[in-house]
Amino acid sequence: MSWSYILRRIVFLFFVIWVTSTIIFFIPRISARNPVRERLAELSRMTGFTPVDLEKIIAAYNEKFGLNKPLAEQYVDYMSGVLRGDLGPSLAKYPKTVWSLILDALPWTIALLFVTTLISFVLGNLLGAMTAWPKSPRWVKALMGPMMMLQGVPPYLLGLLLIFFVAFRLKLLPINGAMNAGTVPEFSLKFILDALRHQILPAVSMILSSVAFWALGMRGMGVTIQGEDYVNFAEHKGLSSSVIFRDYYVRNALLPQVTGLALAFGSVITSGVLIETLFALPGLGSVLGQAIAQNDYFVIFGISFFIIIAVTLLMLIVDIIYPLLDPRIRLNTK
Amino acid sequence: MTTLAVNPSSVAAFQPPSRGVLAMRYLRRNKSLGIGIALLVFLTLFSISGHLLLNVNKMAYPLAVKSKMPPDPGCLFDSTKQLNKNCLVLGSDFYGRDLFAVMARGLAQTAQIGALAGLIGTVVGTVLGFIAAYFGGVIDAVIRALTEVLLPIPVFLIQVLIAGAIDKKLVTVTTMALIVVLLAWMGPTRVIRAQVLSMRERMFVNVAKLSGMSNLEIIFKEIMPNLLPFLGSSFVGQVFAAIFASFGLAVLGLGPLREPLIGNTLYFAQYQAAIFNGWWWWPLWPSLTLIMVFGGLTLIMVGLDEIANPRVRRSE
Repeated sequence: MSWSYILRRIVFLFFVIWVTSTIIFFIPRISARNPVRERLAELSRMTGFTPVDLEKIIAAYNEKFGLNKPLAEQYVDYMSGVLRGDLGPSLAKYPKTVWSLILDALPWTIALLFVTTLISFVLGNLLGAMTAWPKSPRWVKALMGPMMMLQGVPPYLLGLLLIFFVAFRLKLLPINGAMNAGTVPEFSLKFILDALRHQILPAVSMILSSVAFWALGMRGMGVTIQGEDYVNFAEHKGLSSSVIFRDYYVRNALLPQVTGLALAFGSVITSGVLIETLFALPGLGSVLGQAIAQNDYFVIFGISFFIIIAVTLLMLIVDIIYPLLDPRIRLNTK
Repeated sequence: MTTLAVNPSSVAAFQPPSRGVLAMRYLRRNKSLGIGIALLVFLTLFSISGHLLLNVNKMAYPLAVKSKMPPDPGCLFDSTKQLNKNCLVLGSDFYGRDLFAVMARGLAQTAQIGALAGLIGTVVGTVLGFIAAYFGGVIDAVIRALTEVLLPIPVFLIQVLIAGAIDKKLVTVTTMALIVVLLAWMGPTRVIRAQVLSMRERMFVNVAKLSGMSNLEIIFKEIMPNLLPFLGSSFVGQVFAAIFASFGLAVLGLGPLREPLIGNTLYFAQYQAAIFNGWWWWPLWPSLTLIMVFGGLTLIMVGLDEIANPRVRRSE
């Protein structure tokens, strides 16, 4: 492992983050809609009270948030704020800051995505290895067909079917929401159990499609390993098949899957956004959806920025860990 | 010594199986490709029959029929055994759209997005990949840097932002396809570049060069035919990605809301809390249809992969 490689990766990471944050800064500003005007219009619709000097109020808001300056100046101002860790206020929910919105939503998103990714990685790799293993029973191998199809189906659709059959028809689990109506988040067993019950359907729908993804990848690896000399040798040595399965077969096939983990984060976050809107969970995805509907620049930027940093950082970590896992791969400095 | 006289008439009688038969035989071996194609053919027939039976341009839009009707397959033929044109086989939604017509029209639009974005993505990706690999140097470095920077980003996020920022009046089926394809050419570029790089070094390309073929001739006559399986598989991959992304945008309510796109139907069903209200058929048909679309495309990709990478071919 060379330090210059890691350094290069980190520089590259910063470059990617800078390019994308520039893109996500400018895109919402193409729109002709002004979030401040929209928020005030919404207020006056709801209260029936239209302030006389609406334009003055809007101008005051624009002044306060620096929206009346030229775009380039706004960009420099905002970016230097971001470098200091200040993502600005929410325009639609002022005086809440973007950070407070992110921190409120984050636990829900992390809980859902982290748990489902972990479960499906373990379950999927096990299933995949078993389907490629020549000695496993027929019914395990028969799982491959449905899996191939399931791999491409977005969790959103599986979630809809689950809501229909499990929640609506059988009435086993709640249709949507993160907790029972009227409950307040607190640290008690009753609340935790209730929250868990609400997480089952979203989690299952995410797991179903990603299990298939991991299983197929693992199966592909497993098939190529079957004929290898060292597997044959282990068999002839008289090792029990469970030992061969665990130490010779899964161990070797698992390595490339770890790199897949890095690539999967991006798509997991995408489906997470959709699943959160489907189940009305208060996570990052729902907040982002709302911010886009209100064209709330700062919130849109903050959440996208946060997601991009998370994804690229996780990729970097996997990149660095991988050579440690697989001694055959040495990073050369070129 | 016996001579085996071949009866000339039997020679004439033996005909190599026609291409169609051979293709069918291949599909029987390559099951995932076969099933995937069958699913898509079924959906195409479904959509075509909808267009033939119904006035899709009217029935798939709001206020065409009495709203909130549950599906009634029994009403297809009336008492005199005549085809009942007003029958709502799949029911209607809250806004008074015949869901059969919505599905038929939506499938056609989905196919339109997939084909347009798939074609543009593959062509752009292929051209860039070719240029990068074949000419190398600075061009290669620029194209590679661009793909490397863009690949790790969750592209869907950017697509959502673009779709959210542009004027609602501008969002049509075509612009959806364009938004989707804007950030979807990197995959094919990488695949094609890698393939061309490895092919450039092979013997037959060297021979072609020595025999005085021009660059363009080598690209189109020597390299392109060998790339066809990869092009096919990356085209299907692009179609899949495009439909996937446009589905995600539509479900978030960022699609062309007037159109009966399947993702839009799901968005509206969700918006009106259809399942909560007991209108189960409204979200059910679109989700089943889309599962068939995505499942079918995935199976085709797996099948094509088997053609493109013989190493994946089953060892059993």
